[in-house]
Amino acid sequence: MEGKMIDENGLRVDGRKVDELRQIKIEAGVLKRADGSAYVEWGKNKVLAAVYGPRECHPRHLQDPSKALVQCKYNMIAFSVSDRKRPGPDRRSVEISKIISEALEYVVFTEYFPRTSVDVYIEILQANAGTRCAGLTAASVALADAGIPMKDMIPSVAVGKIDGQIVLDLCKEEDNYGQADMPIAIIPRTGEILLMQMDGHMTTDEFNRAMEYGFGACEKIYQLQKDALKRRYAVEDVEGLEEDVPREQQELEG
Amino acid sequence: MKESEIMSKDGMVRSVREIVVPGELLDSGKLKPGNGTYVADGKIFASQLGIKSTKSNYVNVIPLGGRYIPVTGDNVIGKVIDIGPSNWLIDINSPYPAPLHVNEVPWRVEFGDTARYLNVGDTILAKVLMVDETKRVQVTMKDQGLRKLQGGQIVDISHSKVPRVIGKSGSMIQLIKSHTNCRIFVGQNGRIWLDGDIENIVVAIRAIRMIDEDAQTMRLTERVKEYLESVMKPSQ
Amino acid sequence: MARAIMSDIKRDHIHKLLSKGKRVDGRTWDEFRQVSIERRFVESAEGSARVMLGDTDVLVGVKIETGTPFSDTPDRGVLSTNAELIPLASPNFESGPPDEDSIELARVVDRGIRESEMIDLTALCIAPGEEVWLCFVDMYVLDYDGNLFDAAFLGAVAALKSAMVPAAMNGKGEDFPLPIRNTPISCTAVQIENSILFDPTLDEEKVAAARLTVTTDENGDIRAMQKGLEGSLTLEQAKRIIETSQRLGRDLRKLIG
Repeated sequence: MEGKMIDENGLRVDGRKVDELRQIKIEAGVLKRADGSAYVEWGKNKVLAAVYGPRECHPRHLQDPSKALVQCKYNMIAFSVSDRKRPGPDRRSVEISKIISEALEYVVFTEYFPRTSVDVYIEILQANAGTRCAGLTAASVALADAGIPMKDMIPSVAVGKIDGQIVLDLCKEEDNYGQADMPIAIIPRTGEILLMQMDGHMTTDEFNRAMEYGFGACEKIYQLQKDALKRRYAVEDVEGLEEDVPREQQELEG
Repeated sequence: MKESEIMSKDGMVRSVREIVVPGELLDSGKLKPGNGTYVADGKIFASQLGIKSTKSNYVNVIPLGGRYIPVTGDNVIGKVIDIGPSNWLIDINSPYPAPLHVNEVPWRVEFGDTARYLNVGDTILAKVLMVDETKRVQVTMKDQGLRKLQGGQIVDISHSKVPRVIGKSGSMIQLIKSHTNCRIFVGQNGRIWLDGDIENIVVAIRAIRMIDEDAQTMRLTERVKEYLESVMKPSQ
Repeated sequence: MARAIMSDIKRDHIHKLLSKGKRVDGRTWDEFRQVSIERRFVESAEGSARVMLGDTDVLVGVKIETGTPFSDTPDRGVLSTNAELIPLASPNFESGPPDEDSIELARVVDRGIRESEMIDLTALCIAPGEEVWLCFVDMYVLDYDGNLFDAAFLGAVAALKSAMVPAAMNGKGEDFPLPIRNTPISCTAVQIENSILFDPTLDEEKVAAARLTVTTDENGDIRAMQKGLEGSLTLEQAKRIIETSQRLGRDLRKLIG
């Protein structure tokens, strides 16, 4: 398939440039029962994330007397992929859950809530390459929506290589012929890298270019995360201007 | 009997209003870090989703959501979820269930006789007695007005909406009370207890739900008033 | 599923309202919450539907593959139904293999589809005894506010009716719609202190003594039933639920088309 994924004008199978993201839509606060939630459409990926907590940690023996535990479960639903996936965790989803939990643990102020757990559930409803990045992006918004104290939100994106070229945000079709794939997640303000995996084959120069693309894209995704949260609460802000609530003394008469 | 509600401490005077998200820069020099903030590289950032508020040199983030975190002295509405021989376990809508010791109730309870006084599923009006550094919480019923609640209905709202349900100088809650003739207690943990004529309770709950849920929150007081007037005649 | 403790005050409030013939959300005893159905929500499925029943939100997908038939039905396709009460949907749902609640849900939906002969399984035979179409119905609860049975059933029926058999990509000729013969509808009611309430919310389910799900076909005939919970129903109550399900089923069927 060499030489077929990028045309003579430098455009990819879906018409994107090498450093162009797919269409991304983020919505915050989409579920009623969860303490916080977010829905992300990222190209043909559809992802839901929900947060419960901080709440009593189960199983109990995992409780940490000094801090909260961040426990993420990443799951692909049975019909999210072309061949039906048997429900339940597999080795891939266990690994992804672990690295996403670790990335989120870094930003959550876990020491505020000893002995509790902050549970993050990511459900991939429709998968089209890059689901862990879309999932982590959604999870960050869901955590903020749940009012969890945290340093920052974490945008995430994958950079890959096709036809010997570094390209941003592979779609499924490209991923099938990818020569390398590198999902990353960062805090844009500080440049801290919180998730990084790579498989395939890259030179150091290619890696440097990939990180350049990835960092640039994360800035854009971060803006979409912020916009989603501000949109969700925008009307309440207007209300606040009207309803100035002064500090009141507690009183209680039975 | 004069009824009154428990007010929230969150309802502080705000001068600047702007929605901020975690990680957003709030100030880089002049102000001091308040609630819902953290400092990095000498700058102040938001640690929580909320409304930015600057008050007497402090910059705070007033949360828009999140779980209720108990503070000593808060009046809360709790639910008994477990019983031991010398204490009860109370769910106060926070990450931490709170023990209520037999010494902290207004009755003399013999060891092992706890179930005679409070049972699983009972609702109580309690006060947060103490919160230690590891967030262990204890509640008490030994204060004026604290008691087991009976009858009426319980409504759960986000604790961050408590100031809005109470309103400016208690105006909102007073509006609901005067139209529905209900007794209403608002716990700082986002639980509200109402009692009165059952039809009126239903109306009062609708009004509280409007405040808690309505996405369209412009002219809230007016709209709540319109609703109440459309279904009730003022009682006095 | 871990059961949350219901406060006595909330329980009594439901009872008091019921004694006046009222429900907490103002509905009448036989009134369903608002239903919305979004078909083909997931493109990677051969058929799918997302159903909102009030605040209950269920996503159902249908995957169709080739495989071998069961030896006792060599000339019929295979229907397999599965439900997942994922912890995203409720603080009381836990991760792990399907528990008794999700298995009951899957089996009740499966019975309604199978016994109403909704799908013509004989038309899903490719080579008798060797190759047939396997039809997997997977139901995921995304947000839980009671009455999963009817939300999941509506989702399953809508998803199946939107499903295309992927014959072309399997080298079996042209794609064709799943052969549908019937549109069954399930209606669920609970008994609380001898009042009957259809489409119970989560709080109503928590105080309910007994539950009955009735699946009817287009003729109004009964095709599947499931009584649940620890309490009992009188024959009169069962008859009333069945008659009402037949009536409500007609309206719900129009939503699916």
